[in-house]
Amino acid sequence: MDPARRRSVVDVALQEAGVVSVEGAAARAKVLDRLRLGDAAFRQMTRAAAVGVLLLLSGVIVSLVAGSLPAFRTFGFGFLVSERWNPVTDNFGALPAIYGTVLTSAIAMLIAVPVGLMIAFFLTELCPPWLRRPIGIAIELLAGVPSIIYGIWGLFIFAPFLQGTLQPFLIGTLGHVPGIAALFSGPPYGIGMLTAGLILAIMVLPFVTSISRDVFEAVPPVLKEAAYGVGCTTWEVVRYVVLPYARVGVIGGVMLGLGRALGETMAVTFVIGNAHRISASLLAPGTTISATIANEFTEAVGDLYTSSLIALGLILFVITFIVLAVARYMLMRIERRIG
Amino acid sequence: MTARYTARHRTNVVATALALAATTVGLGWLALILGSLLWQGFSGLSLRVFTEMTPPPGSSGGLLNPIVGSLILTVLAVAIGTPVGILAGTYLAEYGRHDRLSSVVRFINDILLSAPSIVVGLFIYEIMVAPMGHFSGWAGGVALAMLVIPVVVRTTEDMLTLVPNALREAATSIGLPRSLTITRICYRAARAGMVTGVLLAVARISGETAPLLFTSLNNQFWSPNLNAPMASLPVVIFQFALSPYKDWQSLAWTGALIITLAVLALSITARALVPSGKQS
Repeated sequence: MDPARRRSVVDVALQEAGVVSVEGAAARAKVLDRLRLGDAAFRQMTRAAAVGVLLLLSGVIVSLVAGSLPAFRTFGFGFLVSERWNPVTDNFGALPAIYGTVLTSAIAMLIAVPVGLMIAFFLTELCPPWLRRPIGIAIELLAGVPSIIYGIWGLFIFAPFLQGTLQPFLIGTLGHVPGIAALFSGPPYGIGMLTAGLILAIMVLPFVTSISRDVFEAVPPVLKEAAYGVGCTTWEVVRYVVLPYARVGVIGGVMLGLGRALGETMAVTFVIGNAHRISASLLAPGTTISATIANEFTEAVGDLYTSSLIALGLILFVITFIVLAVARYMLMRIERRIG
Repeated sequence: MTARYTARHRTNVVATALALAATTVGLGWLALILGSLLWQGFSGLSLRVFTEMTPPPGSSGGLLNPIVGSLILTVLAVAIGTPVGILAGTYLAEYGRHDRLSSVVRFINDILLSAPSIVVGLFIYEIMVAPMGHFSGWAGGVALAMLVIPVVVRTTEDMLTLVPNALREAATSIGLPRSLTITRICYRAARAGMVTGVLLAVARISGETAPLLFTSLNNQFWSPNLNAPMASLPVVIFQFALSPYKDWQSLAWTGALIITLAVLALSITARALVPSGKQS
């Protein structure tokens, strides 16, 4: 329609009053049209970007599935349970890498969760108020330190230290205890599963601590005051009031940390030893999914080798996706309760 | 009764002591890492680090090309990731705050936020490096952009949600179209928070190694060409730290120190930008 004829009531009124000419009204309609167009365009742009985020994730899944098809076609389901990893004969299996990923993450969480919870306990209940903020900030800053820093520290300082002290000690003591002797057998290499697990523990500690602290702080003070009022000790308040109330959030935080630990690459790659075998001993070198990909991908020759590595990536992605989805679900539940 | 009271008291003392110990050990351990990083890194720090190229094994040199490479890759990632992230965050906060698409995007974005970065590297390898036939700076930048997007989406949405509705209503009542309300009013009100989001994203990607290993790869030489493999600090640290050469290892420590200081500076700046009352 001709813009000059699309006049609003206001334009007509103004024109009757002799304020705006016909040209003025036409110009005004033109401007309004442009604004309306710009408005719609901006809305569609934001919508496209939001859909783009969705497409990114689907793209990741599709490309990983497509890339891993040759491996799964060749090895079938056996890829998941096979222990072989031989680039020379083009024979690959994911089990050692999956085992290493799960074991190192388990060691990390076994240490980081209790320590992180205890630090959160300290920060929310025991810490003098003037110290609370500096420690909180320090922990959050440390959560941002790149993982490669932990890796290089682990390789040059922590591994030699473990080799000289903790590992001989473990072999000498726990290595003779029936039942768990196998876990601590073999020579002290320094690098290996246990070292990788410990490094991961240090790395996820800030995550677990800061989320637990946030969740602990969200417990209504009335509940704690009531518990103190009936004579509970500080520990009893935390154990029987704060922890049960914050349970869902703490589990969410722990799962989030676990997601990080499972997918962590650089902190582990330096100290894991990259050995494709499953050893009973925690001190032996092993490998994880991410370390295998980081170490071997650029050197992989042949489609099957590359495809097997991509298949490993797909497995890692599926595992972390599940863990993170559960974590988000749990954290969402507690957010709803607070908000 | 007294015995029971004593037992409870004892448990409390033990738990308190454990909490104190956990805090001391946890923070002490982290301090130890930073301490040894400073110690090792500073001993190799000199002007040459910033003026010379990475050396061949056995001779001394600097980290100029990886530092510049990292800067280029970061700028590229921010240039690609920020607009997309801000637009998507705007949709979540302004247009579709409660619709179905938003809740799905929000969930997916949270997953992307902590997805393993090495998988991102594999993805970019599949869609960029393999079709192009060679490693390139472009691929590295796009891989990093994929890590920028979720951080920016999240902070943009959070900050726009904090903008009071009265501002939007006032703008609408004087006849401002919605897009202008958002870009002229809401963005301005949320600017500090949105800048913080970008800074946090830069802090996040500046130490990322895994997604660069098989996208931008590495380059021993001075090469600002985005179509060729490009050196970056994290990848050089990775390569040099695992090498048997003392010079390279010492450069790796120095590189690690530079990255850590940069990341800490970025996070502290980001923290200072947002008034402390708003966060937490």
